[in-house]
Amino acid sequence: MSGTWMTTRAWLLMLPLLVVMVAVIGWPLVDTVGLSFTDAKLVGTGGNFVGFDNYSNMLSNSNFSRTLVTTTLFAVVSVAAEMVIGVVAALLLNQQFRGRAVLRALMILPWALPTVVNATLWRLIYNPEYGALNAALTQLHLIDAYRSWLGEPGTALAALIVADCWKNFPLVALIALAALQAVPRDITAASLVDGAGPFNRFRFVILPYLAGPLMVALVLRTIEAFKVFDIIWVMTRGGPANTTRTLSILVYQEAFSFQRAGSGASLALIVTLLVTLLAVAYAALVRKTAGSAA
Amino acid sequence: MERRSLAFTIFIHACALLLAAIILAPIAWLFIMSISPAADLAAKPLRWWPQVADFSRYQQLLSTAENSAGAAFTASLRNSLEISGMATLAALALAIPAGWAVSRTPAIGWSLSMVIATYMLPPVALAVPLYMGLSHLGLLNNVFGLALVYLTILAPFTTWLMKSGFDSIPREIEAAAMIDGAGLFQTLRIITLPLAAPVMATSALFALLLAWDEFFYALLFTSDQRAKTLTVAIADLAGGRVSDYGLIATAGVLAALPPVLIGLVMQRALISGLTSGGVKG
Repeated sequence: MSGTWMTTRAWLLMLPLLVVMVAVIGWPLVDTVGLSFTDAKLVGTGGNFVGFDNYSNMLSNSNFSRTLVTTTLFAVVSVAAEMVIGVVAALLLNQQFRGRAVLRALMILPWALPTVVNATLWRLIYNPEYGALNAALTQLHLIDAYRSWLGEPGTALAALIVADCWKNFPLVALIALAALQAVPRDITAASLVDGAGPFNRFRFVILPYLAGPLMVALVLRTIEAFKVFDIIWVMTRGGPANTTRTLSILVYQEAFSFQRAGSGASLALIVTLLVTLLAVAYAALVRKTAGSAA
Repeated sequence: MERRSLAFTIFIHACALLLAAIILAPIAWLFIMSISPAADLAAKPLRWWPQVADFSRYQQLLSTAENSAGAAFTASLRNSLEISGMATLAALALAIPAGWAVSRTPAIGWSLSMVIATYMLPPVALAVPLYMGLSHLGLLNNVFGLALVYLTILAPFTTWLMKSGFDSIPREIEAAAMIDGAGLFQTLRIITLPLAAPVMATSALFALLLAWDEFFYALLFTSDQRAKTLTVAIADLAGGRVSDYGLIATAGVLAALPPVLIGLVMQRALISGLTSGGVKG
């Protein structure tokens, strides 16, 4: 069979996927780019061409910079915490203890819980009048009066980060555990003979095996955290006083609550650009990690 | 082997207990809330364990009596099942041929890379044109419309999984069948697809989980019982004026049950699916 026919056949088999992807992703993306240069409203006829006005308005708006800071804070803190807690949990699950298989199976639970259910669950836990957190802390005499964890600007973002971490650290743990189990026993044994302490053993013997899989988890989690919408929408809708408003929430408000499709589109593309830059930077980092681990 | 002191053994067990508590406490509390009488949940100090288990909320939510809380809930349950099912079948129908093609013809691999790169796009970047397009086609607030939109999430992911699955099936097996006189589609049907069945099952489960979990598009593109999904129904309950927190918890338990069962039963396959592709990059 000739090479060209093989390639033609492969394209024919790809075609249905490509057609659908162009229809549901390619065309909308191009349309978003077009919209971003107009003052179109969500309903009604297409707006007028306004050049880069939407972009310059958005970028100079203090809402945007504030939201960017909030999003970065959310992404950095929750992903860092998920990585650290996940690796510690994986090191623990790699030890011998009774009930290890059961505990390992339980780790899948937070990951499998739908995001909206997780958000609802934590919203109930943080409830200012009847929530379990207030009840527990009061009964342990750690606080005197019930607090509104999601209603106070000082605690809302932290409360969201805890809820997000609880759902996502087990996945990091399971990925790290799978990598840990690939570390040859001879190597850890040899490092013991050579007198490596626990820290050096982790840093120089075990961590190189974890680096690749953890980098992938780090990239995917960071991109997801940067795009976060669901958990915040259900728990705080960006409040109180916009202290938990992330970029996706801001775009939603602009395009759908205020029905300004044009400026919403420009904001969405700015977010897309930021996520792309992040991914490109990470890809370079992954390549470097892969190079040094090999 | 490393010899462990008694203190270290105790320390490890204590840490394991702590981890188990962290994982289980919130989930257990969701279930306890769902079976606690409303008075217990509003009591101060809070009653952590119900005096009598009250399962009436499950009955209430699963009843289909007209205009009840149950009618709205069961409608959204049915919508979620229909939309996830349709989107998963459609995603697999696109992913199986495409995944095989890329696996056997690396020259066209760049097209799959482009499809996968769309993962970086925040859904908000597509939402406005999709909204206008669905509205134009009369597919807003429609299960078919939402299932179509879900392909933006499901199709790239399942294609990527199917491609790594086909990669692990040696092409020599296919070549041997063809030498024995089987045509291409016969070879695929008799040899390749049966060997790829486990990967197809894993892909289908991932697709189901993703579709079941989806919230953003469902929030934007549905408005009533004709198409509202479970995630939107639960967010409505949580954000609305429902005074019985136990009812919200019950809806959460019911919505979590299918993915949690899938997760527990398919744990091994799901984790290898997540790590294998990731490690290979």
